[in-house]
Amino acid sequence: MTAATDEILSFEEAMEKYDPVLGFEVHVELNTRTKMFSSAPNAFGDVPNTNVTPVDLGLPGVLPVVNGVAVESAIKIGLALNCKIAEKCYFARKNYFYPDTPKNFQTSQFEDPIAYDGSIDIELADGTVFTVEIERAHMEEDAGKLTHMGGATGRIQGADFSLVDYNRAGVPLIEIVTKPIEGVGSRAPELAKAYVAAIREIVKNLGVSDARMERGNVRCDANVSLRPYGQEKFGTRTETKNVNSLRAVEHAVRYEIQRHAAVLDSGTPIQQETRHWHEDTRSTTSGRPKSDADDYRYFPEPDLVPVVTNHAWIEKLRAELPEPPAERRKRLQADWGYSDAEFRDVVNAGVMSSIEDTIAAGVSAAVARKWWMGEISRRAKLADLEPAELGVTPELIVELNVLIESGKINDKLSRDVLDGVLAGEGTPAEVVEKRGLAVVSDDGPLLEAIDGALAAQPDVAAKIRGGKVQAVGAIVGGVMKATRGQADAGRVRELILQRLGVEG
Amino acid sequence: MAEINRDDVAHLARLAHIDMNDDELDRMAGELAVIVDSIRTVSEVAGDDVPATSHPIPLSNVFRDDVVGDTLSNEEALMGAPDNADGRFRVPAILDGE
Repeated sequence: MTAATDEILSFEEAMEKYDPVLGFEVHVELNTRTKMFSSAPNAFGDVPNTNVTPVDLGLPGVLPVVNGVAVESAIKIGLALNCKIAEKCYFARKNYFYPDTPKNFQTSQFEDPIAYDGSIDIELADGTVFTVEIERAHMEEDAGKLTHMGGATGRIQGADFSLVDYNRAGVPLIEIVTKPIEGVGSRAPELAKAYVAAIREIVKNLGVSDARMERGNVRCDANVSLRPYGQEKFGTRTETKNVNSLRAVEHAVRYEIQRHAAVLDSGTPIQQETRHWHEDTRSTTSGRPKSDADDYRYFPEPDLVPVVTNHAWIEKLRAELPEPPAERRKRLQADWGYSDAEFRDVVNAGVMSSIEDTIAAGVSAAVARKWWMGEISRRAKLADLEPAELGVTPELIVELNVLIESGKINDKLSRDVLDGVLAGEGTPAEVVEKRGLAVVSDDGPLLEAIDGALAAQPDVAAKIRGGKVQAVGAIVGGVMKATRGQADAGRVRELILQRLGVEG
Repeated sequence: MAEINRDDVAHLARLAHIDMNDDELDRMAGELAVIVDSIRTVSEVAGDDVPATSHPIPLSNVFRDDVVGDTLSNEEALMGAPDNADGRFRVPAILDGE
């Protein structure tokens, strides 16, 4: 592909001169078993054009029927975004002619979305909270998938023809639209990423979407405009389409701010248009300008009847909502007494739920964190797996911890025990027995090893005698080596100091 | 008489991807104007107290259980397609796509 030729300002300079305003349209694919208006399977990766019914292909005479579960999912998303739920809403036909929709219209909602007027608090990494107002969340259907064939680049420019798979056509979508987001300043790229991350987390937590961005379950169109500081009127916006990873959302917003600033600086107006994001060059290129092709001639879908909600139904769904992710994190951090940095590391390592389960199984928050952030994370990294995928159960950690606290094994030996358990050698107690891993608790062999270590390092021994108690570590190390780790380091330290007649 | 002029019809024809010549545009402008006038009589009888109707039968909440039903086979799906390749519908490349 061609490199970007657009001039851009540095982000810092752009931020000095201009005030950014953002807006997002996030499309969420629901994980219902069937499509929005037909009983074809909603599944990813199947043989092309097999998850289709006559309804999905828009064949003559077909009638759509609304998926009741999808409507409930839409209401749940609305509630989770603190939206009002419409008492009565309709479906509408959005008319356009493109081969990704075989019907020549997309069934969507227009004037009366199922959910409207919401807001969510977005917390940035340093704890700053921005409230993002939600304009609406409406129900619609996904389009088919086009693959452009021929031409030199495999891109649509220069393609000879396109192949269409309608398996995705009709998959339930919820489109979530924000109101213009003002006053974020230089935090705009960071907020963009955090907002999409929050939406993804919310729909995943609700269980209404698989929320896998790499599969297109959550897709973001990012709107950016700039205006001089102090000006109330919004600048002309561009809409960058299909920015489909969290990192890309951040980069795309940053890039568009820089590009807009350069265009405005040159005295040219911004053209209202869609932009395409290119991950390889981390830049956008011009899509198509706004034109009369955006005249969709919406009208009420005559084949579908209205959706009417009532208080009892909405409250029943509200009662089914899980604890919001942000609240859950706040509660767990307070319960566990972790510092902000410790808790952030836990969240980033993806072990928050594992720690929660392990504490519930009967160890302290500190012990659970030690295991999941230490030994288990280390093994996961080596195996290129998620920590939770290693097969370490909360019960196993509890058993290992009991053995450590009773002095039967130490931290170092516990890793060997874990090896044995994961290799299928039995319970931790059985592995200790079979591998002979118990800590040497008889002072006799320990004293022997201590005398050996002291003799080997007479200068260290002299220092300790002279009052440099912290030098004892070198002797402890020697003893641990001599006992192949099977000694209780604390006990060894005591014995060394006794031996040398020094107060610990 | 409703104001449907040639430009309106040309715009609609473009949206609908219908190729129309000048004679057709003129004739259609006249015919559409008559249709719009006819429909307009409805708004004369429907006052503000009559909500817009999107469906002739007063039904709401007609939902389907989320249960997978019969689907077409790939062969059946492609049966009516003018052209296909690799189990997919083959269409001309359209340049202004997203």
